Amino acid sequence: MLLTTRDFWAVIHGMVLGALFLLSFAGGLAGLYSMRPEWVTVSGINERIRRLDIGTWIMAIVAWLTVFTGTYIVYPWYRAKPPEGQTDLLAYPRSFLLSMPDLAEWHRFGMEWKEHVAWFAPILATVVAFVVWRYGTQIAENPKLRNALIVFFVLAFAAAAVAGLLGALITKAAPVG
Amino acid sequence: MAVTQSSTQAKAKVPMGVASAAFLSGGIGVFVIGLMTTLSEVIPGFASMLNWWSPAGPLVGKTLVGILAWLISWAILHAIWKDQETNFGKIYMFSLILVGLGFLLTFPPIFTMFAGG
Repeated sequence: MLLTTRDFWAVIHGMVLGALFLLSFAGGLAGLYSMRPEWVTVSGINERIRRLDIGTWIMAIVAWLTVFTGTYIVYPWYRAKPPEGQTDLLAYPRSFLLSMPDLAEWHRFGMEWKEHVAWFAPILATVVAFVVWRYGTQIAENPKLRNALIVFFVLAFAAAAVAGLLGALITKAAPVG
Repeated sequence: MAVTQSSTQAKAKVPMGVASAAFLSGGIGVFVIGLMTTLSEVIPGFASMLNWWSPAGPLVGKTLVGILAWLISWAILHAIWKDQETNFGKIYMFSLILVGLGFLLTFPPIFTMFAGG
């Protein structure tokens, strides 16, 4: 029951930060969707907008932390090159996957898509957080803006979901720990 | 509804230019990351040009170029549009197209197709 440094960061990246972003999405989406003057009172809108403001900023920050820990801490372990002549490649996930014909697609398709698409989530989530913060209760009176936010929010989630799902599957095939 | 309007009238209404700049720059950032991903596959030597930190390889350059494009375009568009009522619908649609292209250009079957299989 001991976590190595690699295990620890893989858990922080995928199971703590990544999962937190994906799990908090439903709350954020419900908050945005219900920002309608015909559904909630003025005090209700004011209370919801405060919660939505804090929630979307937390999600954006979590998304940034997820991609930074992923790219700058976990990914270098994944793509490390094995020393010349090394035959046991288990500690070198990228090389291990590419050496196995039936696993190579996990790198060629899975990791290649995951490592890039993941970066869309923090950008799109930051745009949503900024617009929620700047416009506040105006969102309730402007259905066009509310819908625009919902679509960007869903796209941020989709990017994170693709990255998270592929990350979990790749880790199952070749863990960095 | 009337009460909602009176509560927000107390605060100055934010022009739609602010949201337009935020959404469009987000689209630009995502598109540029996609473009860097595909160009790295298509142009020989492009990936090594973006290899700014060896342990993580060209991914660092691709994503930092995208983030720079996002932040710089946001600063410029915000400065131009912040006091304007822009055509939000059109700008937002264009932003969505850029995001869609970004997703496509990072999708391995697409960029390997551009790279000639």
